[in-house]
Amino acid sequence: MASGLHESDVANPVLRWIDARLPIISMMQKEYGTFPTPRNFNYFWNFGALAMVNLLIMIATGVFLAMNYTPHTSMAFDSVERIMRDVNFGWLLRYVHANGASMFFIVVYIHIWRGLYYGSYKAPRELLWMLGVVIFLLMMATAFMGYVLPWGQMSFWGATVITNLFSALPLVGPDIVTWLWGGFSVDNPTLNRFFSLHYLLPFVIFGVVFLHVAALHITGSNNPLGIDPKGPQDTVPFHPYYTAKDSVGLVAYFAVFAILVFFFPNMLGHPDNYIPANPLVTPAHIVPEWYFLPFYAILRAVPDKLGGVALMFGSIAILFVLPWLDTSPVRSMRFRPVARIFLFLWLIAFFVLLYCGGKPPEEPFVTIARVASAYYFLYFLVILPLLGRLERPLPLPESIARPVLRGGGPLPAGAMSKPMEKA
Amino acid sequence: MADSMAPAAPEDGGTRRDFLQLVTASFAAVGVGALVWPFISSMNPARDVLALSTTEVDLSPIAVGSAITAVWRGKPIFIRHRTQKEIDEARAVPLDQLRDPQTDQSRVKKAEWLVMVGICTHLGCVPLGQKPTDPKGPFDGWFCPCHGSAYDSSGRIRQGPAPTNLAIPDYAFESDTKIRIG
Amino acid sequence: MPVKATLKAIAVAAGLLAGAGLGALPARAAGGETALPHVNFSFDGLFGHFDRASAQRGFQVYKEVCSNCHSMHLLSYRNLRELGLSEAQVRGIAATVQVKDGPNDEGEMFERPGRPSDRFHSPFPNEQAARAANNGALPPDLSLITKAREGGAQYVHALLTGYEDPPAGVTLMPGMNYNKYFPGHQIAMAQPLSAEGQVEYTDGTKPTVEQMVEDVAQFLTWAAEPELEQRKAMGVKMVLFLVILGGLAYAVKRKVWADVH
Repeated sequence: MASGLHESDVANPVLRWIDARLPIISMMQKEYGTFPTPRNFNYFWNFGALAMVNLLIMIATGVFLAMNYTPHTSMAFDSVERIMRDVNFGWLLRYVHANGASMFFIVVYIHIWRGLYYGSYKAPRELLWMLGVVIFLLMMATAFMGYVLPWGQMSFWGATVITNLFSALPLVGPDIVTWLWGGFSVDNPTLNRFFSLHYLLPFVIFGVVFLHVAALHITGSNNPLGIDPKGPQDTVPFHPYYTAKDSVGLVAYFAVFAILVFFFPNMLGHPDNYIPANPLVTPAHIVPEWYFLPFYAILRAVPDKLGGVALMFGSIAILFVLPWLDTSPVRSMRFRPVARIFLFLWLIAFFVLLYCGGKPPEEPFVTIARVASAYYFLYFLVILPLLGRLERPLPLPESIARPVLRGGGPLPAGAMSKPMEKA
Repeated sequence: MADSMAPAAPEDGGTRRDFLQLVTASFAAVGVGALVWPFISSMNPARDVLALSTTEVDLSPIAVGSAITAVWRGKPIFIRHRTQKEIDEARAVPLDQLRDPQTDQSRVKKAEWLVMVGICTHLGCVPLGQKPTDPKGPFDGWFCPCHGSAYDSSGRIRQGPAPTNLAIPDYAFESDTKIRIG
Repeated sequence: MPVKATLKAIAVAAGLLAGAGLGALPARAAGGETALPHVNFSFDGLFGHFDRASAQRGFQVYKEVCSNCHSMHLLSYRNLRELGLSEAQVRGIAATVQVKDGPNDEGEMFERPGRPSDRFHSPFPNEQAARAANNGALPPDLSLITKAREGGAQYVHALLTGYEDPPAGVTLMPGMNYNKYFPGHQIAMAQPLSAEGQVEYTDGTKPTVEQMVEDVAQFLTWAAEPELEQRKAMGVKMVLFLVILGGLAYAVKRKVWADVH
C-alpha cells in the first residue's frame, strides 16, 4: 500500500485507482450498501427517500423553467403562459413543478408524522430531528417565494399578507417590511429578490439534507418498535433490502404524482392565480396554498396581530424543543396506549386547522380553529411532558428480531454475513 | 478564542499577546460588519423608488358621498368626499369606544375630505367600501374582506383583528380642489 | 405485524393525501353560491379531447359577439391551426384586423393587416379605455377564463344561460343585470347570447342559444388549456407504465426479502 492512499477493495482497476485517491465508492458502499438498517421498517420509512427524490425533481424542473421565466411585474404572468403554450413540454415542466411542491409537502408531512408516531426525535436523534425542522422551515420559505413568481392575484396578495406579518414586530416592524419589499409595497424589487432567493434556497436545503443524512448515519435509523438493534440479527444491509423496498414506494409516489399532473393539474391551486396581479383589487377571499393552511388558521385564531404571528411561528418553533418536552423513555407509540390516543387527536386537530384555514374568517370556523390551536399547543406543552411521568407503557420486546420472527421461520443466519454482490 | 490559543507563557508577554489578538479579532469583526452592510442595505428601497414619492390629485370631480382611489408609492389612497351624516357619525363616537383612540378632527384637514392610505393595518389588504356597491361593514365605513376588520366613516378600526386606524399620509391642500400627497 | 403495519401506513398516507385534497377543495368552493347545472363536454374525463367542429363554431361566436368587449391577448391567430383551420383560413382571419407596427424607415408608426403570428386583436387599447366604454366595469380577458373561474367551462355555460328577471325584493344597480350564477348576482354584462340565430353557422348546425353557449365554452376551454389533449394522452400512458413498473418493483422486493421474512 502506497502511503496516504485509501485501501480500496473495488475490483475494477480504474475504479480502484480513483477510489484509492478519493474513496467515494467505498463511502457509498459503506453508507448505502452494507449500512446496517433495522430489519423491521414499514412503508412509512420510504418517505425520507421520497423527499430526497422530490427535491431533485423540483431542482431539475425549476432550473429549466427559469430558462424561460422573466422576473418582472409586467412580464412574469405572460412569460409563465408562454411556457404553458409555446415552449415544448413547458406545460409539463410547470405542472410537475407546481404539483411537485404539493407532493413535497405531502411527503414531508407524512415523514414528520412518522417521526412523531415512532418517537424518532428522541435521544440520540435530537439533532437529526432539529435539522429536519430546519429543512421544513426552508421548504416553507422556498414554496412561499415560488408561489409569488407567476404574479397572479393570489401570488401578489399572498406575498402582501405574509410579508406584512413582520410589521407586527415592535419598533422595527415597518422598516423590516420596507426592507423585505425593497419599496413601499410588494412590487418589482420584491419579485426580483424572491426569484433570486427561490433559486438559491433549494441548494441550501440540499446542504441541510446532507447534514440530516450525515447525522442519521451516525445514530442509525429508528424503527417501528423504537428499540435499538442489539446485533446483526436485528439489521439487514441497506442494499438490496431497502433499495428494493424504497423502489416500490417510489413507483406508488410517482403514480399519485402523475395522476395529479396529467389529470388534475390545477386541483390544488387557486383559480384566482390565473388572473394577473392587481395591486388595487383584493380578491374576496385570500387563501395561501393548502400546505400552509394549518398555520394560517393558527394565525387567524388569535384576535391580536402580534399574538397571532407569534403563535404561528411558535407552532413550528415548538418542534425544535419537542425532544425535551416528551419525557417518556419509550419511543414508539405502539407501546404507549394513552399517548397514542392524544397523538391521533393532535393529528385530527392538524386536519381541522387545515380545513379552517381555507374557510373565511367567520363563525363557526374561528371558534373551531381556536379550540384546535389550543389543543395543538396543549399536546406538546402539557400532555406530552405529563404523560411521560403518568403513563404506564406496554412491555417492550426484547429485540427487533424476536417479534419479526414470531410465527416465522428460523433465523436466516446466512443473510447477514453474506458478502454484498453489488455495490 | 484568544484564550484557548494562548499556551502557558510568561505572565507579561502572555497578556500582551492576548491583548494584541483580541484587538486584531475586534478589528476584523468591524471589517466583516462593514462588508456585510452594503449587502443588507442594497435590499432597501433604491433611489428611483424613493424618487416617486409625491403625487397630486384633483378633487373637483368627486361628488359628495362618493370616493376615488388614487395611487401613491404603489399604495391605494382613499379620498372620500364625506356627507354631513358621515361626519356627524364619526364625531359622535366617544373616544373610549375606540381601539386606537383618535378624534375625527385630528384625522382630517377639511371635515368633508377624508384622505387615507387604503391598506388594512392588519395584513395589508385593500378594504372594500370605495364603490357604492361595496359592503361598508357595520360602521358605515370600510370592510376588509381578508380577515374581517371593519372601519368607521373616519377610517378608524372598530372591529376585527387590525390593531390601528387606517393611516393618514402626509398631504396638503394646494388649493380648494387639489391636494398633494407626499 | 409487518403486514398490518404496512396496511396502516398506507391507510394513514392515503388519509393525509385525501385530507390535503379536502382542505384545498372547500377552500375553493367557498366562492360559489348556486350549484351549477352540469353539462357533458367532450374534454371531460381521462380520455377527453376537443370537439374541433364545436370549438371552431365557438371561435366564430367569440369573434362575432364576445370580441366586441373581451380581449384574448394570450392567443395568436396561428394557434387556430390547432383547431383544424387551414393556413389560408388563418391568414384570412388575421388579415381582417389592422395591427399597429413600426417604426418604419421614416420613424413613423403605421398600420398593416394582421398576420398569423400576431396576437388576437384587443377591442380596447388599455384597461382605462375598456372601463370608460363599459360603464366602469372591466370586461375580463378571456384567454384563461375557464382556469380563472371556479367551475371552469361549467361556470361559463351556467353564466351565459343564467340571466333572468330579478326576484322580488332585489333592486338592481343602474346598468346591472341579474344572473343567478354570478357571485353577488349583479353583473354589468348584458345577456350576450339571447336569440337563436344570433350567429350564422356555416356547417349547418342549428344556432340555438344552448348550442352557441356550449360551442363558446368548448372554444374557451381549448384557449385556456391547449395542451389538454397531449396531457391526458400522456397521462394514460404514464399510469399504465407505472402500473407495470410497480408490479415489477414489488416482485423484486418480494424476491429480495424472501430469505428474511
